[in-house]
Amino acid sequence: MKRDTRLAWINGLLLPLLNVLTAFAATAVLFLLIGVNPLEAAETLLYGAFGYSEGIGYTFYYTTNFIFTGLAVAVAFHAGLFNIGGEGQAYIGGLGAGLAVFMLFPELSPWLMIPASVLGAMLFGGAWASVPGYLQAYRGSHIVITTIMFNFLAATLMVYLLVKVLREPGQMTPQTVLFPDNAWLPFVHDILPAFGLEMERSPLNLSILLAVFMCFLVWFFLWHTRLGYAIRVTGLNPHAAVYGGINQKKIIVVAMCISGALAGLVGINELIGYHHRIIMNFHLGYGFGGIAVALMGRNHPFGIVIAALLFGTLYQGGAELAFEWSNISRDIVVVMQGLVILFCGALEYMYKPTLIRWLAPVQEVRS
Amino acid sequence: MSEVTTLNDMWMTILLTLDATIRLSTPLVLAAMAGLFSERSGVVDIGLEGKMLAACFASASVAHFTGSPWLALLVAVFISLCLALVHGFATITHKGDQIVSGVALNILVSGLTIILGLTWFRQGGQTPSLSGDGRFFSIDLPGAELMQNVPLIGSLYKELLSGHNILVYAAFALVPVVWWVLFHTRFGLRLRAVGENPKAVDTAGISVNGLRYRAVMIGGVLCGIAGTYIAIAHNAQFTRDMTAGAGYIALAALIFGKWRPVTVLMACLLFGFLQAFAMRIEGVQLPVVGVIPVQIIEAVPYLLTVILLAGFIGKAIPPKAIGKPYVKER
Repeated sequence: MKRDTRLAWINGLLLPLLNVLTAFAATAVLFLLIGVNPLEAAETLLYGAFGYSEGIGYTFYYTTNFIFTGLAVAVAFHAGLFNIGGEGQAYIGGLGAGLAVFMLFPELSPWLMIPASVLGAMLFGGAWASVPGYLQAYRGSHIVITTIMFNFLAATLMVYLLVKVLREPGQMTPQTVLFPDNAWLPFVHDILPAFGLEMERSPLNLSILLAVFMCFLVWFFLWHTRLGYAIRVTGLNPHAAVYGGINQKKIIVVAMCISGALAGLVGINELIGYHHRIIMNFHLGYGFGGIAVALMGRNHPFGIVIAALLFGTLYQGGAELAFEWSNISRDIVVVMQGLVILFCGALEYMYKPTLIRWLAPVQEVRS
Repeated sequence: MSEVTTLNDMWMTILLTLDATIRLSTPLVLAAMAGLFSERSGVVDIGLEGKMLAACFASASVAHFTGSPWLALLVAVFISLCLALVHGFATITHKGDQIVSGVALNILVSGLTIILGLTWFRQGGQTPSLSGDGRFFSIDLPGAELMQNVPLIGSLYKELLSGHNILVYAAFALVPVVWWVLFHTRFGLRLRAVGENPKAVDTAGISVNGLRYRAVMIGGVLCGIAGTYIAIAHNAQFTRDMTAGAGYIALAALIFGKWRPVTVLMACLLFGFLQAFAMRIEGVQLPVVGVIPVQIIEAVPYLLTVILLAGFIGKAIPPKAIGKPYVKER
């Protein structure tokens, strides 16, 4: 029995920590290779992310996106599905948010307009993800391949729509007209003065509250509702799910819908919150980033917030690094995402045999 | 007279489109064959894209520094092979999730190539464009000039078959070789067996992991060639994310061709043709249908794959043990 309890803390705590540290160490080696002192880089990065209020704003703005896509990947993971279609679902979610705005009267109260756009984003993102979900559940096509294909389909669809259908008349840039003022989610730097606080202008908007709310909602949903339970059982043990009377096919579709709806909310932060029009490629990288966030956050909303904050910090700090060193760009964050996915995901159990040999050698089995 | 010239023009347009098809299909064929080996052995390879991109960068860099395309090819193959080994280490040795590992490599490479490019060349992540040396040049097949006056066949020979570079010919010559290896050698038999029923292979005393490592490594080599082709034969420099989804289209072709070399080749040619066709008809007023948006044609490979996977046109049945790490019983 002793061995089991030891395994729990090795698996649950030591292993994830070692994996993240390995990813960091690999990044530090890369910094050394390109002739940058990793400690100096870390200092610059932290200053860029938290050293001044505009930087902080950007950090949390990026964090918001990563929370949405991280949650999206996590919900699918809990159902045993690997949703790498976050990119496409976020893109189409933005389309849904924008179309909802354009469908309504420009004079409509923001109290109706903004919820409608949120609904539009979730609906479109969810619908886009439900097709691969349906095909997985009822036609047996592999969710990974279909979601990849749907990313490309989303990209071509959006290029088509923005170039041919929705483009602002008389403009060359493939983007729509500005949303009416009533569809603008307030910026945090506009709200804070009401509470006697000052903040420099940044894209940070109230979507971050939505993100935090969604974390609670996902946590409550997964661990405290019947449907959430059904999703987790389906992911953990499909046979048990069937035996327990859970309609596995339905659960797969539902889980994908929820996952896609969460990813679609990136469109709210980006378009309703900041750009105020539908633009090209606002979603780039967040869907894939969500995979790293979910893996690092162990698919738990709390862990996801921490991991999203880390990647938000890296994203904003990475921009600061680019000012300081000419051979660094924000792509360094992409490298880190790759390393995190590699070490926390694919090589999750790399250290396990060694750790067990050192810390919990097999003892006499007593029966 | 004018009718003859329009007919001639049309013939040339067709030939040029087919010529572009061959050039665009080449990396797809190489990458799809790489995926074929890997997936036939039971290892999913989402990382085709990343390995190709890494090879693109490696070959363009080496070609810039040394001026030797062959050295560039060698280094690119080596780099791609290293990535394949990382994939193998994660998924075969440590039984990690094959898809997660592939995604990790793709993301890692797309960032790493830019950072290294910025460090070495300071050109915004690109490599300097190659002039003259350092590229693979087109080869004129014997008699191409002589043949060109022969009607139809002459132009067919000169425009379509002749005038490609060595990697194109290598890619298409590879397909029958893959077919022969897979279906007519002992290695091929074992490879297919390990993708269908690894336990049986293990029981016969053959190393499952050894076979899978070999398959993944072959995939690495082929992706290296594909990337080299894209960077220094088809183009003349490395640019950000220049593979532009070719790895995923190759994956789609692999599924569309149902994991069989010759049908996979056909799928690659079809997808290559669609790309060539999309380029040719961009903005052109066609009879009856008018201007077809390019995006619709670009979306066809993805749509076709989704429809096929859903079992609406035929059924794509993957190797049975695909995606599952093999755990030896003790």
